[in-house]
Amino acid sequence: MSKVEFDKETGPREVFCGLTSIVWLHRRMPDAFFLVVGSRTCAHLIQSAAGVMIFAEPRFGTAILEEKDLAGLADAHEELDRVVNDLIARRPEIKTLFLVGSCPSEVIKLDLATVAEKLNKRFLGQVRFVNYSGSGIETTFTQGEDGALKALIPLMESSNEEKLLLVGTLANNVEDRFKKIFRNLGISNIESFPPRQSTALPKIGKNTKVLLTQPYLSDTVRDLKHRGCEIISAPFPLGIEGSTKWFLAAAKAFKISELKVHEIISPLINRAKLALESHKEILKGKRLFLLPESQLEISLARFLHNECEMDLIEVGTPYLNKDLMKEEVNLLPDNTKIVEGQHVEKQLDRVRESNPDLVVCGMGLANPLEAEGISTKWSIEMVFSPIHGIDQAADLAGLFSKPLRRNQILTTKTLVTH
Amino acid sequence: MELTLWTYEGPPHVGAMRIASSMKDIHYVLHAPQGDTYADLLFTMIERRGQRPPVTYTTFQARDLGGDTAELVKKNIKEAVERFKPKTLLVGESCTAELIQDQPGALAKGMGFDMPIVNLELPAYSKKENWGASETFYQLLRTLLKDKASSSIKISPLRWKELGRRPKVNILGPSLLGFRCRDDVIEIQRILSEQGIDTNVVAPLGASPDDIERLIDAEINICLYQEIAETSCEWLKRNFGMEYTNTIPIGIKNTIKFVNEVHKKLDLPLTNKKELENKSKLPWYSKSVDSNYLTGKRVFIFGDGTHAIAAAKIAKEELGFEVVGLGTYSREMARQVRATAKELNVEALITNNYLEVEVAMKKASPELVLGTQMERHSAKRLGIPCSVISTPMHVQDVPARYSPQMGWEGANVIFDDWVHPLMMGLEEHLIDMFKHDFEFVDGHQSHLGHTATNTEDFLKTDEKKEKNNKEGIIWTESGRAELTKVPFFVRGKVKTNTEKYAISKGIPEISDETLYDAKAYFS
Repeated sequence: MSKVEFDKETGPREVFCGLTSIVWLHRRMPDAFFLVVGSRTCAHLIQSAAGVMIFAEPRFGTAILEEKDLAGLADAHEELDRVVNDLIARRPEIKTLFLVGSCPSEVIKLDLATVAEKLNKRFLGQVRFVNYSGSGIETTFTQGEDGALKALIPLMESSNEEKLLLVGTLANNVEDRFKKIFRNLGISNIESFPPRQSTALPKIGKNTKVLLTQPYLSDTVRDLKHRGCEIISAPFPLGIEGSTKWFLAAAKAFKISELKVHEIISPLINRAKLALESHKEILKGKRLFLLPESQLEISLARFLHNECEMDLIEVGTPYLNKDLMKEEVNLLPDNTKIVEGQHVEKQLDRVRESNPDLVVCGMGLANPLEAEGISTKWSIEMVFSPIHGIDQAADLAGLFSKPLRRNQILTTKTLVTH
Repeated sequence: MELTLWTYEGPPHVGAMRIASSMKDIHYVLHAPQGDTYADLLFTMIERRGQRPPVTYTTFQARDLGGDTAELVKKNIKEAVERFKPKTLLVGESCTAELIQDQPGALAKGMGFDMPIVNLELPAYSKKENWGASETFYQLLRTLLKDKASSSIKISPLRWKELGRRPKVNILGPSLLGFRCRDDVIEIQRILSEQGIDTNVVAPLGASPDDIERLIDAEINICLYQEIAETSCEWLKRNFGMEYTNTIPIGIKNTIKFVNEVHKKLDLPLTNKKELENKSKLPWYSKSVDSNYLTGKRVFIFGDGTHAIAAAKIAKEELGFEVVGLGTYSREMARQVRATAKELNVEALITNNYLEVEVAMKKASPELVLGTQMERHSAKRLGIPCSVISTPMHVQDVPARYSPQMGWEGANVIFDDWVHPLMMGLEEHLIDMFKHDFEFVDGHQSHLGHTATNTEDFLKTDEKKEKNNKEGIIWTESGRAELTKVPFFVRGKVKTNTEKYAISKGIPEISDETLYDAKAYFS
């Protein structure tokens, strides 16, 4: 392992909670509905993060707790029952309904598991109910997906068929690319989790080889292991290096020779390197500060340093699973400073002191930093854009080079803000 | 429990954030879990603010709940005070913290600071954003003016005469994330200053706690947005005898009425009454022959109370539209909206549910929708032109250019913003009429998108006769052909009316003549 410096910080945070992951999960599984059991704050958070107004009727909503629901839990359960009935009557196309716990529902100890169990009996054969928590007191941003996937595992049937299981939400086009490459490598049985239809869950068992596409799935991985799945240890498929090692790790698990992998992906690599050049020109030697949010920070830092030659000032992450991130951390340059957790004020002090060329941060912080003359890239875009794989390496680099290029065009460092 | 897919208003603590972020030298410690910081982006992204909202989130986690969350609150308060050195501290809780009852306000008061501390208790499970903003502003005033209130000062609106200076007023209510507040304030100050009236304080937008303390240097208050400032204006009236204005200066008539009201309250003679009518282009633009086609245009209105009521009045009295629907999501202003609706002979729609608004909109078959960004989307789906008149805010509602809703310039902005989408509607009709001319390229794109003409599929059907409705009425070829000649934005209405007419008369087939019969019948 490289000599990486680990630090922990606590204090006020500026991050999204796990509910935010509904924004991409509902797009991945169009036959599912995500019902948050929470407050007006939860509803407002999701619509603000998602820009919901583009939808006629979104496939997510909030059962907003009111004063009378807080008075007695029995009544709250009954009320939730009523809301679910109304919803299913209105949206008969729903196949899976996720009951999503929130901060207030966790604090009043609303038992969503029992509610889900009861509903499952009533709507047997029509709608399946699962529950998980996306609350801010337990989860940060992408951890919501971890919870949602973990909740689906008990519904997955067992099978000893040998297969490659890609775990973590991917953009559909990226998923198709990956599957094509794996087929070319000679792996024919490939499935994805989450699937594109919530009811088409893959079967799993001791011959299932799990390859993670996202780094934030600690709980899901643990439960997949319990079901006998083999977890392929690899860095994540961001950038050329990460994707190559990721393909190699999968190939090794299927006893496919390295030579074969190189043969298939070499043309892709050459093409990607060419595409990366113009971005590298801009990013090279620039100093980068990553604030914690998506848990993708370590993989992004590795890509931006190793392939785009950026200098790393600090790599923040909301949560660090050293085991899952082992391969990634090994690829980081010596003396990289990883900070787990956040004290947003102290961290911003360090941002200002270190005078970075680019800061990766949440939307609440981006414009204020820009107003101080610091270029930023908002992190939420990483979870909405197709950034995985060799073919997307240049696009990924482009997310970071664009603000810098823009800054060069506009030249003035500080603007009067209103 | 209420199923909500989308909400017009955020929770009450977001209202408190609007007040805190609008002001200077204030800091808000919010007892809240991680995730609640999403609200920062409303200010930094939608309003494009170059500063973070002055808010510290205590960020408690599940593991803290068993322990001492009160200590966590105190730690955050201490750090925030040391770092930001506010002149006044707001302390409150978001929905989850309300449940664990740490009483952060009381904790803060026990910490020995000498700055004023406002303890905000905003019930998250029964109240919403605008109420939270109003309550925060009111509690802030009460706290900062407490000593002066007890000294029983009574302010006469005529005091300026005794003091031998120009009259002074406060402008209360404008805040961040309020619709065009930034520009309304400039416009109103300009109008007042032309009349020889000085602005003492604008609050909360741009004010500091020191400004709040000198509110009573003014003679009267201008209540610019009732949603935010009425409670405070009422309190200032009760405690200091300060009069406040009720007229919202949106539209020419109400701007003139507003100027009159201010003069009357201050006992200041209004010398340029005639001149006022020529301050805006709206009256002439509306009178010019080009605007003839605006007469009787059916308009559906939905928004916050202040803007919905104002829009209804302008639509009817200043542009000659017919108001076919009026509603609000501001329950606090339901009474006033109902009264306005009654005057207009429509039923007021008071709801939080945007789907209900969409249904009402569809039923009213308007030619123009004046609503929030959500109604803009609903109208787009229905193929109806729309102009946005109210919050909730969208980045488009914070234009770079000067773009008030109030006063003379506001009336100009309103004329353009409401009439241009209609002109595009007219253009749409022309496109429709001339689409068979060879100059028109096939597939000419409508600005309203492809859903613009929802009767299109019906018209395109090849079958000469088709039972299109459950009553079994048949459209003949001539009837169908005549229907295509009707402008697309009323085509749906004409189709329904004609069918209704045919059923009532027992006519089994609709021909071109039936269409004209029905037209005469309904006119």
